[in-house]
Formats: sequence, C-alpha cells, structure tokens
Amino acid sequence: MNTYDLIFYLFAAVTILSALMVVTHKNIVHSAFYLLFTFFGVAGLYVLLAADFIAIVQLIVYVGGILILLLFGVMLTNKITNVEIRTGTINLVPAVIGVGLFAGALLASVVNSPWKIKNPEHTVPTTKLLGTLLLQEYLLIFELLGIVLLIALIGAASIARK
Amino acid sequence: MTVGLTHFLIVSTLLFSMGLYAIITRKNAIMVLMGIELILNSANINFVAFSRFGNFGYSGQLVALFVIVLAAAEAAIALAIVLNIYKNLSTVNVDEIDNLRD
Repeated sequence: MNTYDLIFYLFAAVTILSALMVVTHKNIVHSAFYLLFTFFGVAGLYVLLAADFIAIVQLIVYVGGILILLLFGVMLTNKITNVEIRTGTINLVPAVIGVGLFAGALLASVVNSPWKIKNPEHTVPTTKLLGTLLLQEYLLIFELLGIVLLIALIGAASIARK
Repeated sequence: MTVGLTHFLIVSTLLFSMGLYAIITRKNAIMVLMGIELILNSANINFVAFSRFGNFGYSGQLVALFVIVLAAAEAAIALAIVLNIYKNLSTVNVDEIDNLRD
C-alpha cells in the first residue's frame, strides 16, 4: 500500500463518515457543518483524480457559496431562539430498507462490471487544457451556462424579494 | 489491491445512497436540498473518475464543471423558494406543505 492509497482511504473515510453524519444528525446546523467536511473530502478525491482545477472550483463554489447559502436558509427559516432547529424524520424504516437494497444493487453492479480501464497517464496541470476545450468544443454550452446562471440569479432575487 | 476506478465508484455510490436517504427521510426542506447536493457531488466524482480512467479526454472534467455551475443556480433558486414558503406558511417541513391555496 503506497502513499496514494493511504491518502485515498483517508479522504474517502472523511467523505463517507461526514456524509453519514449529515444525513443522521438531528441538528440541522450541525448537518450543514458536516457537509463542509464532505465537500472537502470530495475536493481531495478530485485532487487524487488529477483534476486540480475542478478541486479548486469545488472548494470555491461549494464551500464558499452553496454551503453559506444553505446556512443562510437554515438561519432564516428557523426560530433560532427556540429548540425548533431540530428537524424530524419520516419514513425511516422503508427508507432504510429501500436505500439499502438500492445501494446493494448499485454496489454489486459497480464491482462486477467489466470496466474498460486505460492506465492513467502521468498527471498534468488541467487548467489550460480545460480552458482551451471550453472555448473551442464546448463554446455553445459555456455561453448557455452563463445565460442560465444570470437568469437563475435574477430569478432568485426577484422570487426572494416578493 | 491498489486504488483504481472501482474504489472511486464505490465512494460515489455510497454518497448517492446517503443523499437519497436524506431526501426520503428528512422533513426539513433545507435538509432535502443538502441531500440533493450530496447526489450531485457523487455524480461529479463519477464524471471525474471516468475522465481519468476512461478514454474520453478531459470532457468528463468539463461536465463536472457544468454540474457545479448548475448546482449553484439550483441552490440559489431553491433557497429563494424555501424562503417564500416560510414567509407564507411559517414552516419548511415538506410533509406539512400540502395545500395548493389557503
């Protein structure tokens, strides 16, 4: 077992355990903070997959943006002074059975599938490659995403201000 | 066994299952949103892993980038909707929001 494997298991454990805490913790603010560790773990997995740019974007957008947005939502929709910040659960037993079966089937198919794997070449910085690809092959999608983001932000502002 | 594609796929499968569990069981709408974020992250791990181990060049990483952008847009819109629901109904529990008009 070399260093790469050790780091992979570390990040995988951080991701899985904190995600487990997210979905099982009663206090919603604690869940939001455990989500931070999940996002960090996923960013680490991206680095191990030689996707440096995606990892940084994950940190900036998810940890810096989406998580703060979620915490904002928690703060604005719960009476902080009361104990109402604890959130209930429903459908516990059917959910455990159904999700367990689903995860088992998915894991079995993932493990048993004969993936066509090519051995990864040595790691290169991806920022320039992604930028070139983004402005050549994926130019239309890039522009459309810009428009979608603009419309989403305008829509969110107008919905929230009503 | 050295770490390969299957290990990353297993991590993303577990993440997906936990996101699904959160969506099904939690009452609070914001917890449902967190479950959706977990699912999007697991899909992203798959995209990046196949971009590394498959024969697709760097397209997988770009799709992961697009998914992150869409997740940001989705979070903004969903939070605005949740805030409006809270303003109108004083609750964000998804099992209590069952009327179309009061």
